[in-house]
Amino acid sequence: MKRSIIDLWVGIFVAIGLASVTFLALKVANLTPQSNNNSYTLIAEFDNIGGLKVKAPVKSSGVVVGRVSNIELDTQRYVARATLTLDGQYHFSRDTSAEILTAGLLGEQYVGLVQGGEEENLKPGDRLQLTSSALVLEQLIGKFMTSFAEGNNKAAAADAAAAETAP
Amino acid sequence: MMLDNLLAPLRKLGHSTINAVWKLGVMSRFLLAIIAHSGQSLLRFQLTIREVYFAGVLSLIIIVVSGLFVGMVLGLQGYNTLSRFGSADALGALVALSLLRELGPVLAALLFASRSGSAMTAEIGLMKATEQLEAMSVMAVDPIARVVAPRFWAGVISMPILAALFNVMGIFGGYLVGVVMIGLDEGTFWSQMQNNVDLHFDVINGLIKSLFFGIAVTLIAVFEGFDATPTAAGVSSATTRTVVTSALVILALDFVLTAFMF
Repeated sequence: MKRSIIDLWVGIFVAIGLASVTFLALKVANLTPQSNNNSYTLIAEFDNIGGLKVKAPVKSSGVVVGRVSNIELDTQRYVARATLTLDGQYHFSRDTSAEILTAGLLGEQYVGLVQGGEEENLKPGDRLQLTSSALVLEQLIGKFMTSFAEGNNKAAAADAAAAETAP
Repeated sequence: MMLDNLLAPLRKLGHSTINAVWKLGVMSRFLLAIIAHSGQSLLRFQLTIREVYFAGVLSLIIIVVSGLFVGMVLGLQGYNTLSRFGSADALGALVALSLLRELGPVLAALLFASRSGSAMTAEIGLMKATEQLEAMSVMAVDPIARVVAPRFWAGVISMPILAALFNVMGIFGGYLVGVVMIGLDEGTFWSQMQNNVDLHFDVINGLIKSLFFGIAVTLIAVFEGFDATPTAAGVSSATTRTVVTSALVILALDFVLTAFMF
């Protein structure tokens, strides 16, 4: 076999390998080179972030406008502080509210932003004033059980009272 | 006499244990010798390129075809199971993650061991049987530097490339079955994949795995060839040993690496 043909084939082979790795990185793992110059961060504090993870999307009206870039616990006040990195082309007013929502019944959790009415926009590094925590299923069931039991107790008490007052 | 018969199995066990440890030691010294003598194969890179052609390029067809079929089977089986739980949308993530983390590196390494590893063993073993290696030594050409090291480096270079190609073909096969044949939404397929696959954690770790497999498989192949009894029967049993030992080592190493990585 001639040397130049072998060289050519090995070159093709290595090129295929590089193309495969590039495909895996860009299309499968979605490593999009982020234009960091253009993005800005906001801080949102939640009592409970539930299952929110770093890299979770930030959506407004269902459109992805950024990602959660960091989550940490504020040890002074014991609230979770999430750093949201938003795309520079989207701006939100100062009374924008953030809530943690779930996509689908058991889907991933994301941060939803609802635009407020104020004229002035949030500046980079600002803190969102209005936040609502994630719904935790156990707490929800717990609340439901308590109110259900209370309802039952009241009904029973009313019944007993009715039985007493009756002659 | 009676005692001798009773002790025979124990003696056999001891003998095979010593043999195994001895072989492991020889193999690690062989690896050190290869690395020490690989200067020539890196300086005269043409030698290595030639071996990359035989080990890597000629394995392209088998890797492409089996990757495609593995991906298509994953698509079918995954769809059947996932649709039972009403989450057929996650098919893209399932296919990509199982290929990147496990199936790509492991299956590509198994195929590589049986296609290129066995060929390396047979070639070196036959060189030994026909006394070509001795002839080289007589001519003051180091057979490890001239014959073994280029093949070793060729295997180490080829393996990650083949594994990456296997992954790509598998994902393409999953796409063919999931989107083209079954008719899942294309956007969901890719976005589920992209949301769940992490570059460092999944893609890079999978490639590191395949690099380790490449080192192990090629080392076993060249060692068995170099170590073969220089007869026709010896070469054939060395080739068999290469395939069997490589398969076992790949699977065992896979467990250890997975335990460390994920």
